[in-house]
Amino acid sequence: MSTETNDLVVTSVHAHTGKGLGTGNPADAFVVEPARTRTRKTPRRTRTNFEMLAWLFMRLSGVVLVVLVLGHLLINLMLDGGVSRVSFAFVAGRWASPFWQVWDLLMLWLAMLHGSNGMRTVINDYAEKDATRLWLKGLLGVATVFTVVLGTLVIFTFDPNI
Amino acid sequence: MPAGTLYRGREGMWSWVAHRVTGVLIFFFLFAHVLDTALVRVSPEAYDSVIATYKFWLVNLMEYGLVAAILFHALNGLRVVAVDFWAKGPRYQKQMLWTVVGVWVVLMAGAFYPVLQHTLRTWFGG
Repeated sequence: MSTETNDLVVTSVHAHTGKGLGTGNPADAFVVEPARTRTRKTPRRTRTNFEMLAWLFMRLSGVVLVVLVLGHLLINLMLDGGVSRVSFAFVAGRWASPFWQVWDLLMLWLAMLHGSNGMRTVINDYAEKDATRLWLKGLLGVATVFTVVLGTLVIFTFDPNI
Repeated sequence: MPAGTLYRGREGMWSWVAHRVTGVLIFFFLFAHVLDTALVRVSPEAYDSVIATYKFWLVNLMEYGLVAAILFHALNGLRVVAVDFWAKGPRYQKQMLWTVVGVWVVLMAGAFYPVLQHTLRTWFGG
């Protein structure tokens, strides 16, 4: 969210002090320096943009998942008898079409990554001990990789004449 | 405890709580759902027997609950996207939440028979 009160343009070099702003406020000279002053040696990007990319991924995958998941619910849970018609033969009929294979594959990957990243956020919020966080996230990672790989194999190796 | 010190939140906080709770529920279901679907690689009988569970009335009712969680998470997720990317999003977040709730109620009413038809027709014939 933007702040509407500050129209002053301050260069990054002076960002930590109010000197030379010309606001006339004597307190400007005493603005506290930030805890980590950027120097010439400070990398422009601290590590990576991972958290920003994760934030963006949640929004992009979320919008796509609205279509994929609601379509999935409509077909498998509501239309033409709802769950009554779901069976091995029904699945075989749907996966005979590459369109639905791609639909399900995309839904599997996006939903698992979206859900897994959401769970990562929840773990980071509530698990206070370093070791607990590490273990929970490790478990989450293993479960996610296992589920995505299993689901992908199932879609690609499906045999209607098993 | 002095009165009025407990933060009870407003629309923003409660929608955040609901988004988080529904998200975690959906994730655990998804995990189970991929596993049960994997039974198509075992045998048609194994898959059909697990799908029979989905047709049991109590589980069918839980499917309606799943639809409720997914619909809220989807609609509120679109609201979050609007808050983040639409310039006026933060200003209208409350109105958007009540829109989400309204649309959710309408869709849930519309999904009642389609989702529960298996149980309803088993019980009442037709």
